[in-house]
Amino acid sequence: MGMDRRQFMRLAGIGGVVFASGLPGWARAQGYGTSADEFFFVQLSDLHWGFSDAKVNPDFDGTLKKAIVAVNALSEQPDFVVFTGDLTHNTDDPRERRRRLGQVKEMAAALKVKNLKFMPGEHDAALDNGKAFEEFFGKTYYAFDHKGVHFIALDNVSDPAAALGEEQLRWLAADLAARDRKAPIVVFAHRPLFDLLPQWDWATRDGAKAIDLLMPFANPTVFYGHIHQENHHTTGHIAHHSAKSLMFPLPAPLSQPKRAPLPWDPSEPYRGLGFREVELEQKGVKVAIQELPVVKPGAA
Amino acid sequence: MTPVTSSLRERRRAMLALPLAALLAVGGGYLVTARAAPKERVIKLTVKRFEYSQKEIVLKRGQPVVIEITSLDVPHGFSVPDFNARADVVLPGKVTRVRFTPDRDGTFAYLCDIFCGTGHEQLEGHFVVRG
Repeated sequence: MGMDRRQFMRLAGIGGVVFASGLPGWARAQGYGTSADEFFFVQLSDLHWGFSDAKVNPDFDGTLKKAIVAVNALSEQPDFVVFTGDLTHNTDDPRERRRRLGQVKEMAAALKVKNLKFMPGEHDAALDNGKAFEEFFGKTYYAFDHKGVHFIALDNVSDPAAALGEEQLRWLAADLAARDRKAPIVVFAHRPLFDLLPQWDWATRDGAKAIDLLMPFANPTVFYGHIHQENHHTTGHIAHHSAKSLMFPLPAPLSQPKRAPLPWDPSEPYRGLGFREVELEQKGVKVAIQELPVVKPGAA
Repeated sequence: MTPVTSSLRERRRAMLALPLAALLAVGGGYLVTARAAPKERVIKLTVKRFEYSQKEIVLKRGQPVVIEITSLDVPHGFSVPDFNARADVVLPGKVTRVRFTPDRDGTFAYLCDIFCGTGHEQLEGHFVVRG
């Protein structure tokens, strides 16, 4: 039975947000074509390039490439692709860190869409305060506008204590000060801005200050990574959506004693890995999220 | 001026009222202190990449503890989210003190919340609290 978008919204139970899981092109296949003020972007997260434990992911050097092929195969191309951190897996060797960051940049260049937004994760940036990341990708936090939507990329990882810091918070306050309170705002971060699970270090020390700054706005939405799984949470009227990883999934909060990677399942390769499309309608007031697999089920 | 008189009964009443006054004034955490407070237990801990010197520490419910922790290599974190206790940073060669009173039984994690390298996610331990 078909299900239109309005039905999906009711099922999701969160006003203005649609969740769906399935195959690429869902939104457009349902006839939700893009008009001038509707567009979509793709979120890729937690690539952990350089991770090499074959027991956790035997295709550790192929999963990202497959994801890039999958994005390129979308029936319509996104307006941009955002990488929400942990592009690389941590290394103590600064030269190796740069090599991995360079390889990610090179692989990302194979995407058809050339409007790419990169953000660091703690694996990329915490050991050198974002120095190597900046050499390859520029600033670790920034803002941009796209078709009437204001996007803000926050850095809660370059400080190894996982804090935004007063300087960045002042910048955020200044960025938001002049904006219409009804203006749609999309925030990207690597770590959750709220205390999802501090016992597993799934939090940002001063994330509540950023949420306080966003609270007066009617339509903020946050997309983040770090926890290697889909999670949907609201703080007040602000929705927070975490993305899957492209290297290994992590367990649901407190579903097991430790936050160890979930084992690879040979009967269902790439399970728990994936990326997402985010479609913004009515200039960002409505958000539709479509979770997509790295490899179509049965095709691995 | 109010005359200062203190019969034995009044002094007893005042002594009994003190813990309640302390509770009302500054919150429940000081109630134990105002009464015969259990002695604070000192626990010495070291941390290095990627282990704490103790993976499990047994605590007595209601007894205040101070964790005296020192890093043996790089800056680390020490956080006990369930008791809202946290060090800003644990530096090499310096003693950092974290105080809290475990007020309920159970198993409670402590972890490093300052990214310290590839094994950071495994740098953790837990308290077992018993009555």
